[in-house]
Amino acid sequence: MGMTIAEKIVARAAGLPEVRAGEIHTVALDKLLSNDGTTHLTIDMYHKLKNPRIADPGKIVFVVDHNIPAENPKTAAVHKKMRDFAREHGIDMLEGKGVCHQVMVENYVEPGQLIFGADSHTCSYGALGAFGTGVGCTDMLYAIVTGGSWVMVPETLRFNLHGKLREGVYPRDLMLTIIGDIGANGANYKCMEFAGDGAHGLSVNDRFVLCNLAVEAGAKTGIVEPDEKVREYVESRGRKAENLFVSDPDAKFLKVYDYDLDKIEPVVACPHFVDNITPLKDLPKVEIDEAFLGSCNNGRIDELRVAAEILKDHKVKDGIRFIVSPASNEVYLQALEEGIIETLLKAGAMVMNANCSVCWGSCQGVIGENEVLVSTGTRNFKGRAGHKTSKVYLANAAVVTASAVAGYITGPEAL
Amino acid sequence: MSKIFTFKNDVDTDQILASQYLLLPNVDEMKGHAFESLSDTFASDVRPGDLIVAGDNFGCGSSREQAPAVLKALGVKAVVAKSFARIFYRSAINIGLPVLISAELSDAVRDGDEAELDLTAGTVTAGGKVYACTKLPPYMQRILNAGGLIAVLNAEEA
Repeated sequence: MGMTIAEKIVARAAGLPEVRAGEIHTVALDKLLSNDGTTHLTIDMYHKLKNPRIADPGKIVFVVDHNIPAENPKTAAVHKKMRDFAREHGIDMLEGKGVCHQVMVENYVEPGQLIFGADSHTCSYGALGAFGTGVGCTDMLYAIVTGGSWVMVPETLRFNLHGKLREGVYPRDLMLTIIGDIGANGANYKCMEFAGDGAHGLSVNDRFVLCNLAVEAGAKTGIVEPDEKVREYVESRGRKAENLFVSDPDAKFLKVYDYDLDKIEPVVACPHFVDNITPLKDLPKVEIDEAFLGSCNNGRIDELRVAAEILKDHKVKDGIRFIVSPASNEVYLQALEEGIIETLLKAGAMVMNANCSVCWGSCQGVIGENEVLVSTGTRNFKGRAGHKTSKVYLANAAVVTASAVAGYITGPEAL
Repeated sequence: MSKIFTFKNDVDTDQILASQYLLLPNVDEMKGHAFESLSDTFASDVRPGDLIVAGDNFGCGSSREQAPAVLKALGVKAVVAKSFARIFYRSAINIGLPVLISAELSDAVRDGDEAELDLTAGTVTAGGKVYACTKLPPYMQRILNAGGLIAVLNAEEA
């Protein structure tokens, strides 16, 4: 019987000709990512080990992206601990270069790899046909020391995408719709695999949007069937694209879903759950205090272009904070070249450095009591962006930007 | 006997420990903020040996290991839920915090009820009834029995 993409990647990492969903295997990991959300705890545990050692420093990437630049001495100490450790052990350390998953895809990930990251959105690497999955910092430490770990091979939910999204509808709307359909644990422990002409029609950036949010349905990973677009992206950056795995025709999927992309419409995830989806047209008037454009889900050049297109003719409403954080410095530089940053600033946006920013609610743009945020971030959990009485609505980049102009949640057609 | 603290479905790790506390130097400094958004009293009321009983998808969202770690540091004996999100589940076992799956318990008990957990048998007794929990796969049970993944690692290095 044939294998799924996830099975093929685990088989390769386990050095086996064949693996099956449900089996537990010992695997060699291709890359390990750890950011400033937990690395200080990992380093503390490392120093308490009986025999501290690092299997291969070249596989490890440290990224400082959650609270950068440091906002207080305790955070500064966390960053210094990472910096010192990375220097001592010859580990790549990217500080202030962008959100970890964005810089990983730009600089490290190759198709067919099995990657552990101490961050839940590590599932993003399926944009390049890799199997990325989030783990805690103890798993990360074990992997740093041994170079490997164990995985249970996930079952696969296959999503066949057909056709094209209509103008004004974005991959984010598609993925939020899917999460609303299957629920916040609808893919728990599973791989969400995306294929079909609708998937291949999406750019690598658009695929990133889908895979990144897979964890919001509980998935272990999300993978878009890789193709020549992936090869081109990876090879143009001087990396290899040797393992473009696709599922065999007789691979076993737990369930197969079909989505016609031209039927997808703009949606909003209402507080406090990502699967609490409402079509934008059915949303009652929701006034906002702040809007955020950025994050590993939606802070790439594509989304910044959408915002600039709206803001070249409009201004951010008085009294509304519109915070923009490009997902990486590479994205930031491109936006500068295209004149996007100037457009955003002139319209009244606050453009921040490339970081997790408002999406994780601890560093920038934290919202206060009973305030309302509309965001392109990854989550709308209670208190995610600040005070426990505040509310977060998730929407696409056009809706977030238009809402910053209108002062309430709306699409650009209402401006 | 253990006192039960109940939680509903889809409790995400941001609720267990909010982002703003993750970069504190150590878990001891974090633990007083556990469940701050959902309860004003949990962190001060919970006693070593108490149980958390929850609905489906407990621990969803962020991979922050600080979430199971603060519960363990507060002395929570185990979390019993209808189902767990995978990263929380794996991390809890890795740090030696027992996580048990029971489809019935959370519907049968209320906040403040008392229960008796038998980890060896994998059962919870509450209100005179015994609830059998789903067994861990042997691979994960081995990690939990050893006291967590670091203990396994140190034993492998011996």
